[in-house]
Amino acid sequence: MYWIALKMLTGDRSKYWAIIFGITFSCVLITEQSAMFCGIMVRTASQIRDVHDADIWVMNPNVRYIDDLKAISDNAFLRVRGVPGVAWAVNLYKGGGQAQMANGNYQSVILFGIDDATLVGAPQNLLMGKIGDLQRPDAVLVDEAGFRYMWPDEPLHLGKTIEMNDRRAVIVGIFKAKRTFQTLPILYTRFSRATLFVPPYRRMLSFVLAKCAPGESPEVVARRIHEQTRLKAVTQDQFSWMTMSYYLENTGIPVNFGTTVLLGFVVGCAIAGQTFYLFTIENLRQFGTLKAMGMSDRRIVRMILMQALVVGSAGYCLGVGLATGLGMLMQTIRPIMSFFLPWQVLALTGVAVLVIVFVSSLLSIRRVVVLEPGMVFQ
Amino acid sequence: MMTDGAARPGIHCRDVTKDYGTGDARIRALRGVTVDIHPGELTLLVGPSGCGKTTLISILAGTLDPTSGDVEVLGVPLPRLSKSAKSEFRANNVGFVFQQFNLLPALTASENVSVPLVIRGSSKAAATQRAAPLLQSVGLGDRLDARPANLSGGQQQRVAIARALVHEPHLLVCDEPTSAVDARTGQVVMKLIRELALSPDRVAVVVTHDSRVFSFADRIITLEDGRVADDQRVQPQI
Repeated sequence: MYWIALKMLTGDRSKYWAIIFGITFSCVLITEQSAMFCGIMVRTASQIRDVHDADIWVMNPNVRYIDDLKAISDNAFLRVRGVPGVAWAVNLYKGGGQAQMANGNYQSVILFGIDDATLVGAPQNLLMGKIGDLQRPDAVLVDEAGFRYMWPDEPLHLGKTIEMNDRRAVIVGIFKAKRTFQTLPILYTRFSRATLFVPPYRRMLSFVLAKCAPGESPEVVARRIHEQTRLKAVTQDQFSWMTMSYYLENTGIPVNFGTTVLLGFVVGCAIAGQTFYLFTIENLRQFGTLKAMGMSDRRIVRMILMQALVVGSAGYCLGVGLATGLGMLMQTIRPIMSFFLPWQVLALTGVAVLVIVFVSSLLSIRRVVVLEPGMVFQ
Repeated sequence: MMTDGAARPGIHCRDVTKDYGTGDARIRALRGVTVDIHPGELTLLVGPSGCGKTTLISILAGTLDPTSGDVEVLGVPLPRLSKSAKSEFRANNVGFVFQQFNLLPALTASENVSVPLVIRGSSKAAATQRAAPLLQSVGLGDRLDARPANLSGGQQQRVAIARALVHEPHLLVCDEPTSAVDARTGQVVMKLIRELALSPDRVAVVVTHDSRVFSFADRIITLEDGRVADDQRVQPQI
């Protein structure tokens, strides 16, 4: 029975491909926009995930996301160290700086100041230089994209100098960082140096990074830190989600991308639904013949659903494939574009395609079920 | 589902009426048709356009319900059956030959012939295997894999005849089987229906207005204005 449905479906090639095109188009829109949305969301938390050594981030209780900088007491790290279950705790400065270039121009940068003694929190993926070079006077590390942004016409090399807050800084290393939401150059230096690169405030400590003792759960230790210090303490994963949630709730990004995803869904429904309905209408006589010959409504419904599933699957595979290819191409041509395709996006697109083909087939099913088999004699 | 055809008439209609529409727009297509049609003979339903031939054959085939009257086909009171039971009855007992052939264009000749068997639950392989000899018997043994678009009108109607008979139905209904083919092919089609379709336990009803095929009939029932105007038993000229 299903082979009849399949042959009926593929018998009219133009209609068959038109239905698949509708679903593919919808699928590309939904996948592409969702993946770009995920990419942007992931970027909002990229600075958190670039810190590899720490399990727990400790901060001002009012901090809502990574860029919501509210300083804490300079001795907070000492209080954190005293909490049972904490193996070590170090300072982390994060703030915005103004770098003056050799030509006199200013460039906003994201500045990290890591613990002077241990250099915990330093970037891992160095393309040039060594982490240890940060111990040299005036030393800073810059991310690759930031270097190219500040010196677009020069190849990557060390020794470039900039000024921040009237103090000299020398590039001693270049690292590969995850793309950030703000796309500003990222500089790493020692904590003591960072506090000199920006105007002085009464409190300069942004975060305390802590590591759990072996066998301790980060969630439990984070709760313990909060209870003993009254500071906010979260795991790296929790902080990432906190940051992403902030952007989700307080920016228009989800609405903008959501609108396009919805449009893709509606357009897909319209194209696929209309073409599939037309396909059924044009085959009404064939369905009527099958009904006259004794095929039950239930089997005809199953045939139509099967046809819908086939075009849905084909459209889904083509759409996801095209969207992935397009995303990869986009990132090759313009690396600044965000594209992140987790399995959840694939599942969401799959569900959307299922809904599209189900809605499309409902119209057709209704038309065929009410069809009188006697129409074949007319 | 079939009862003893020898003891009872194959088709038994009493005072059958059929109305289309309601109120002022109501049209009465059948006005008390009473007729018995027996197995083993070729019965033609003839008459002018709009006389109710198609309505009557639709009721006899179980694809349409009468407004009133009794209809018993192969011992089964069709109008009293549920929709699904009627579908099952048609699948098991009725073979159809349509005016426009109604072959599925995406299927080959042998696949088209196998459709009634597939509807009854056969696998594709088994069904197409049974279709092949039947297509040979209608002279299309070398066109098993041809699609309808690559067959002439006469060849398509022969495929339709094979499809109507492949599941060995007890009732064969043919709606204007010769109107879409030329005169010579029409004779071939009627000859095939007579040769292949007639059997002692099969009721064969053909609706036609083509007087050139009257010579194939055992009985000619003439309808006029929704009533049986004439009912003649004739000697086939074949």
